[in-house]
Amino acid sequence: MNGVHDMGGMDGFGHVAPDPHEVPFHDDWQARSFALNRVMGSAGEWNIDVGRYWIETLPPAVYLSSSYYKKWFLRLERLCLDRGLVSESELVSGHSSGPGRPLKRKPLSGPKAGVGISRPNYDQPSRAPAVFEIGQKVRARNIHPRSHTRLPRFARGHIGTIERIQGCHTFPDAMVEKGIEQGEWLYTVVFDGRELWGPDAEDGATVSIEAFEPYLEPA
Amino acid sequence: MQLRVRALETILTEKGYVDPAALDSIIETYETKIGPHIGARVVARAWADPEFRTALLMDASKAIAQLGLEQKVGDHLIAVENTPTTHNMIVCTLCSCYPWDLLGLPPAWYKSAPYRARTVKEPRKVLADFGVTLPDETKVRVWDSTAETRFIVLPMRPAATEGWSEEKLAGLVTRDSMIGTGLPKEVNEVAA
Repeated sequence: MNGVHDMGGMDGFGHVAPDPHEVPFHDDWQARSFALNRVMGSAGEWNIDVGRYWIETLPPAVYLSSSYYKKWFLRLERLCLDRGLVSESELVSGHSSGPGRPLKRKPLSGPKAGVGISRPNYDQPSRAPAVFEIGQKVRARNIHPRSHTRLPRFARGHIGTIERIQGCHTFPDAMVEKGIEQGEWLYTVVFDGRELWGPDAEDGATVSIEAFEPYLEPA
Repeated sequence: MQLRVRALETILTEKGYVDPAALDSIIETYETKIGPHIGARVVARAWADPEFRTALLMDASKAIAQLGLEQKVGDHLIAVENTPTTHNMIVCTLCSCYPWDLLGLPPAWYKSAPYRARTVKEPRKVLADFGVTLPDETKVRVWDSTAETRFIVLPMRPAATEGWSEEKLAGLVTRDSMIGTGLPKEVNEVAA
């Protein structure tokens, strides 16, 4: 979807503000929100792509004005409601009004849950050989799907070069739209700054995206 | 927010979905165990050991798995090397993808709209916000983390560090130098 989350190349947000005294969480609720998302995200009720989509579909003004962990919290609340894990009245009362339903997977639990926590693997079996080869010129398709996609707007319609083939990975678009784990070839595609930004590009800059095969066509 | 988050935690706990001990453990892990010191160890090894450097650039997840770190590092990790002619920067324009396993949780600025919006269009101006100026002849390469591949920058080894131990080298590696928004410390910036 062409949402406000797709920020690459936008102007008007001002300077980047590094904080030399950065801490992981600025408030206790941020830490709880983070950990709740990790635990509920491990229950198999939705995957990482679906989780991202439910942040992207926050109203644009909410998205832009909410802190990072507030967005995570709003996503979790909405997903729990959508999946029937909690009800509106329970959220109002702050207590459960009945037992939970079985989850698809047993979520992370126990006092050692954080130990050894790491990312899953996203490899999928390939259904066909990779269409593109390293060094080949490709065009990022001019597509504007209403559902979830990981093809950023700034790349669409532009010509780049296949630089790496990253294997066959879970295709986020199909995961969100159809709920299926479809494997697609994933490529690193590098674009010249001038191709993306014309005369407004900085000299010598190049930008790569990680692009799934359905995002690309021969140039 | 405190009340709303507590309400949801209470409901999910009462329903038996969430074990509060798991929440505590996850928070403690990201507050105290996983952080840039892990990435710094990897970079220092790559500086000290050419064979490891080659293996890291070939397949970072596989190379790091052989280091026997306490925390497991996930798959699809890619190390990109800075050279005198190319400086790499990592961004996620669509959300906040970041090599958590090596650097911990991303700093607020990495997740911020200015960083996500500007880095792909004007990386040198973003570097200026960090006080970093590169030579004109250095080309800037930006990696947008739009899939489940994760990137870490292997910065250039500072001058006058020949013969240094890995531990001492690791002290020169900053978090920002592994994202590409900073450079490693110079020898004169650390205590002898």
